[in-house]
Amino acid sequence: MNTTKKEIYLDHASTTYVRPEVVQAMLPFFEQKFGNPSSLHRLGLEAKSAVDESRQKIASILNCKPNEIIFTGGGTESINLALKGVALLKGKGHIITSTIEHPAVLNTCAWLEKKGFSVTYLNVDDEGLISIKELEKAIQKDTILISIMYANNEIGTIEPIVEIGKIARKHKVLFHTDACQAAGALELDVNKLGVDLMTINSSKIYGPKGMGLLYKRAEIKLEPLIHGGGQEAGARSGTENVAGIVGLATALELAQKESATENKRLIQLRDYLINNTLKKIPKSFLNGHPTKRLPNNVNISFLDVEGESIMLYLNEYGVYVSTGSACSSQKLQISHVLNAIGLKHDAAHGSIRFTLGKRTTKADINYVLKVLPPIIDSLRKISPVKVKMSEIREKMGEKNENC
Amino acid sequence: MKTADKKTKVVGHKREEWIYTDIVKDHFFHPRNIFATEKEAETYKKNADGTGQIGSPACGDIMEMYIKVDKKNNTIKECKWRTFGCASAIASTSILSEMVIGMKLSEAKKITPLDIVKALGGLPARKIHCSVLGDQALRAAIDDYERRRKERDKSTPIKI
Repeated sequence: MNTTKKEIYLDHASTTYVRPEVVQAMLPFFEQKFGNPSSLHRLGLEAKSAVDESRQKIASILNCKPNEIIFTGGGTESINLALKGVALLKGKGHIITSTIEHPAVLNTCAWLEKKGFSVTYLNVDDEGLISIKELEKAIQKDTILISIMYANNEIGTIEPIVEIGKIARKHKVLFHTDACQAAGALELDVNKLGVDLMTINSSKIYGPKGMGLLYKRAEIKLEPLIHGGGQEAGARSGTENVAGIVGLATALELAQKESATENKRLIQLRDYLINNTLKKIPKSFLNGHPTKRLPNNVNISFLDVEGESIMLYLNEYGVYVSTGSACSSQKLQISHVLNAIGLKHDAAHGSIRFTLGKRTTKADINYVLKVLPPIIDSLRKISPVKVKMSEIREKMGEKNENC
Repeated sequence: MKTADKKTKVVGHKREEWIYTDIVKDHFFHPRNIFATEKEAETYKKNADGTGQIGSPACGDIMEMYIKVDKKNNTIKECKWRTFGCASAIASTSILSEMVIGMKLSEAKKITPLDIVKALGGLPARKIHCSVLGDQALRAAIDDYERRRKERDKSTPIKI
């Protein structure tokens, strides 16, 4: 095996590094400006003004009021606060979401179902899009919340957020979107989007981990999940993570500033990787939508081979990716997203997600294109499975059997 | 290649270790007793004395084993295989194929998943159930051989 020191990180949807500008912005808030924003002395006021300034910066990006931003401990917490916060205050009702949401949404919904709420999980088409018609049909008299992700973390499909927002407003139902993958690349103006609640995670946009925010339209009331000193207008108690807040604001500001040029660059690299992989490797196909797609997401299935094996071979070459294969998951089940877009087990097991980032170059992609074909070839040689390209999707009514 | 942490050699440890032992890695990256080409596999399949298959796409692991038997002393002369699955599935079939060459059929039938795991120097706990199926594929191959032999014996007239 050819071991090389080269390291190519193509797993930015899992997490990003913290960019140096963000680290620099955060540094003063550990040792020098360490005050508690609730304290009334100079150090406290200094910390408070840093939090206020960050909130202001973010508010201008989201085109909202500063008091509509709740800082949290990450995307998962923001999602929990949005869903449980709305539901628990109402006490009962119906929620609409989709089958391809992040586990943070799906498992929160499952918990709410146990607490007596009813949930509709909208199906998606072969490319991962929900149907606006189906959404409207699913709305009931007691529907309290719609939660649909902005862009999918596995296959990169961008959902029709503006249309969903219109339907939600028409029926006077609250609309939350999980924008963890979209932030940094797509439009975040909450008025243009027409969202009532929106989750953003810092660790996907070159900010620190353990930091996130929930945008909440001022009129909406939430039941808090964390009780205490009443920080974040009572919605999220606990001393503010000042360095984290400054880091998130800096990261978001930089991402917003650079997104137009960076998106263009990433889309070119993305399509270069997609087109050349499909050209070089027979029996491979793209998962997700060809154009309604995050600029940095490539998700390809390779028939007759298993994803964890591909991943580990790539790892040996210093290329870091992720897979939707069951073997790599904690529960040993194939990705619920690939299942939702109708892929058969055999086809879903061989899926690899490459997510590009700021430091990804064309040379990196060329390196992947060089090492990947022989990997797939050698794994296919030892595989007894021979799936036809015409047999990758389940037929109507046919269900994937469980292991 | 990184050296695997010695602590990961425990079978059934609770932490979800991602690291495989050096033996697993060796067999994964350099699988033994495999076919060089698709054509070779197809020819071999036809001429094998016994073949066995186990697994399903739902579980993500499918294994096929092919044996050639030395009929004089009932030992496995050759063993080849094909596996669809993760690193531990590939490594466990590869090491099994090495273990059984020269082994008596009666002995080969007694191989357990634990024997394979031990030979690999251990596997992450959650990988054992799904990826160590080689022993079943091997038993199926031996059964196939024995069934074929019985049928052949029936059809050949007995010499008096």
